[in-house]
Amino acid sequence: MILQLITSFIAASTFCILFNAPVRALLQCGFAGMIGWMLYLLLDYSSDTVVATFGATVVIGLISQFFARSFKMPVIIFSVGGIIPLVPGGLAYDAMRRFVENDNNLGIQYGVQALLLSGAIAAGLVLSEVLGQMFLRIKKLPKQP
Amino acid sequence: MDSTSTNSNTSIHDIVDLCLLAGKIMLQSGAETYRVEDTMSRMAAALGFPGAHSYVTPTVIMFTTSRTEPVKLFRIAERTTDLQKVSEVNDISRRLTERQLTAAEARERLGIVDDAAHAYPVWVQIAAAALTGACFTVMFKGSLQDALPSLLISGTGFAAATYLHRLVQFRFFAEFIASFIIGLLAFFSVKLGVGREMDKIIIGCVMPLVPGLLITNAVRDLMAGHLVSGISKGADAFLTAFAIGTGIGLVLSIF
Repeated sequence: MILQLITSFIAASTFCILFNAPVRALLQCGFAGMIGWMLYLLLDYSSDTVVATFGATVVIGLISQFFARSFKMPVIIFSVGGIIPLVPGGLAYDAMRRFVENDNNLGIQYGVQALLLSGAIAAGLVLSEVLGQMFLRIKKLPKQP
Repeated sequence: MDSTSTNSNTSIHDIVDLCLLAGKIMLQSGAETYRVEDTMSRMAAALGFPGAHSYVTPTVIMFTTSRTEPVKLFRIAERTTDLQKVSEVNDISRRLTERQLTAAEARERLGIVDDAAHAYPVWVQIAAAALTGACFTVMFKGSLQDALPSLLISGTGFAAATYLHRLVQFRFFAEFIASFIIGLLAFFSVKLGVGREMDKIIIGCVMPLVPGLLITNAVRDLMAGHLVSGISKGADAFLTAFAIGTGIGLVLSIF
């Protein structure tokens, strides 16, 4: 578990280096990625993978919005690092592998699951954005660019 | 053309130039479409054109300051991901709207941002990709023994993708070859007994190439009502994923 914490932190922040994120945002990126991955693992034990991905994405989105407002940087810088571990790369790989092995049924099954997971990530991001906007409206703060 | 600007020493041409430059930098650096449009409209409004319109797709920016003015167009050929530049342009635009900067100062700063190189040199990026690959291998329940080969393989794969992209102006081909190399190296590392599980190594090493930002941006654009941008970015992401999948699939089918 500790190992997962450390590796997810490093992975999220180094991924932001690949996207040329500002140096002062790297720690926050790693933090968002770590929280998201932990939540994903915990939810994945107790319930479905799609639900776990959705839940983790919503929390990552909310954390990113918080960081974006407090550090005055675009939300995308923080959310990208957090989302990346949740992208169903492993499932897509499994699907590809089954297709190559001529096991088309299993391939399609894995492929559809990967598609559902990407949908969950998208829905989670949008929900967190809507929640953030609602929160701002309620607090009647002026919206920042 | 008469200047209708509230700011007497900046002409309408300068303002259009300023907004287009800001939009160009943001779009080339991988910002979301809605953010590009929003930034351009805000900057124009701050300089005395509240009715400015823009239409942005991943390949073109169209911008006009008012209904009667002619539309200016800017073609975007090459797009990378550089969040630092997005953040800097965002900062300049916010200061402009808060009147901490004049149009001339903003133009000068945008020029500097436009000419600047990426925030990190290539070797740092390759090292970062290597670390990312190793960490993802561990995160996807691979053993620590697999982390070492994935450190080397993902670094090699990312370096191959970067340098091949400089040789061929065809990004999908570079990604295809890079993932083929990753698959090949992972196969041999398991064969030589350095790594244990080929699947875990490959999944971890491919992650730096996976178009995560594109997918996220595509969906956000779709949800924000930018249908053309969303769908074209989605197609871009799908092609990239397909190139990676084919590269790996080729290795799997050979062995």
